[in-house]
Amino acid sequence: MLELENLTVLRGECPVVDRVSAQVGPGEVIGLIGPNGAGKTSLLRGAMGLLAHRGDSSLSALDPMARARAAAWLPQAREIAWGLSVADLVALGRLPHGRDQATRGAAAVEEALRRMGLDNYRDRAATQLSGGEQARVLIARALAQESPLILADEPIAGLDPAAQIATMQVFTAHAQAGGAVVTSLHDLGLAARHCTRLWVMDRGRLVADGAPGEVLTETLLAQVFHIRAHFKNTPEGPVFQPLSTLGV
Amino acid sequence: MSYRTILILLSILCAVLFAASLLIGPSGISPLHGLSALISGDGAAGLVMRELRLPRAILGIGVGAALGLSGAAMQGFLRNPLAEPGLIGTSAGAALGAVIAIQTGLYALFALALPLAALAGAGVAVALILILAGREGRALVLILAGIAVSALAAAATALVLNLAPSPYAAAEIVFWMMGSLADRSMTHVALALPFLIVGALILLRAGPGLDALSLGEDAAASMGISLKKLRLQIVFGTALMVGAATAVAGAIGFVGLVVPHLLRKSVGARPSRLLPASALGGAAMLTLADIATRVIAPERDLKLGVLTALVGAPFFLSMIRKMGREG
Repeated sequence: MLELENLTVLRGECPVVDRVSAQVGPGEVIGLIGPNGAGKTSLLRGAMGLLAHRGDSSLSALDPMARARAAAWLPQAREIAWGLSVADLVALGRLPHGRDQATRGAAAVEEALRRMGLDNYRDRAATQLSGGEQARVLIARALAQESPLILADEPIAGLDPAAQIATMQVFTAHAQAGGAVVTSLHDLGLAARHCTRLWVMDRGRLVADGAPGEVLTETLLAQVFHIRAHFKNTPEGPVFQPLSTLGV
Repeated sequence: MSYRTILILLSILCAVLFAASLLIGPSGISPLHGLSALISGDGAAGLVMRELRLPRAILGIGVGAALGLSGAAMQGFLRNPLAEPGLIGTSAGAALGAVIAIQTGLYALFALALPLAALAGAGVAVALILILAGREGRALVLILAGIAVSALAAAATALVLNLAPSPYAAAEIVFWMMGSLADRSMTHVALALPFLIVGALILLRAGPGLDALSLGEDAAASMGISLKKLRLQIVFGTALMVGAATAVAGAIGFVGLVVPHLLRKSVGARPSRLLPASALGGAAMLTLADIATRVIAPERDLKLGVLTALVGAPFFLSMIRKMGREG
């Protein structure tokens, strides 16, 4: 669904994403982790074709409308201008499909509203909702786009624990329905529990790519995140708790 | 009220005001007589109706629609309710062109010299904006370039005024800058209309892009919107409409700012829906204001731009106050 080959994003002369190669297949929820400034956002935007880059991304080769039908992008900044109603905002996700799909469009919007629990919000002005509710509305927009792949930049930042878990569950459901999600996030515990695979970035390089249990090793946590943490596989899934920072 | 109902009501309002604009004036022609004279073109009444009132009424609708539509487009593009069509410097550029035509006496040579000079001024302003803001630049760069070009044009206009050869020329310039639809001919209509229509078509097509932009530039781009194309659409569409409007009517403020704001809630805030509604609303508001100048002070040639600013500025203040309270 997404193939990156030697993807490189330069800021001036300095590579903020450095020769990253990776693939995403159907059914995967990929957690993109790494410290601040590791290049997670640039990797996602470069992969979408929103940033000039070297190397290849299978998405940026497409024309803009076809790309939008292949992949939806959730930027980290939750920008909503004007008092658009929730239903109108979610319907914006249908833009890449043109007018010929009007009937399918209405159904997709309804489905997205229902999945994000927004049935009772449809006529509310999105600007007057709380931050968590706005995040749900924006995710619903991406779902209404019905693109198989969703790329999301820190979609759970600033959400309460219930909303964080609910969001990760929506991503899992999207992947299980044959789609795929790549999401950057800082909560390594949620990443370990809800992602099928983790990509670890450090200073622009993809330094690890594998199942959470394989990736979140003591060495990697020390090298990349400069922390010591407790990691344990329990009957309810992996549990992860950062304990202390290591002297830098 | 549904969106369609709002558009129909605004259209009816425009039609009624257009008719009223045709039938109200200092020459005291009765409505029925006026209508028949308009159709037949006979006699003094026919002359007044066809040569004075008809162009004035058409320009009221056209210029008002230009200001309303480009105001809505500019606010949608910059995602700011305080944006107005003059922001990208076209109206200041057009004003400078017109003022130079007056100063040099060019405008006395032939009827279209002044509006053509104004159009040229608007064109230069747009070219400058695009060079200054680059072809890729973001919305903020565009605003800053617009402010710079407007300031430059305003300074040049002041300089021309400063160096005016006679008080008469200076007065001429000042009166022109106040904006008016009085004494315009069908030649003005013929000059402005093509620009207004092409500009309107360009701006109306920008609707989906402006809708997507409600979620920010990055999200819009990811939804298949070409920001570069959208920017050119907005700049050229606005320049054509505002350039032509300023060329034939002078500088008329506040309509482009106020009309989108008045209608935003009732059309449900979506920029694409606001575009046609604002065009109709602008046409209605400007025609109403133009009628008001004739009714309030028929003997004094009250300038249209003065009236719109007098009514618009307090409204603008109350808008800012309200925004402050909503925090």
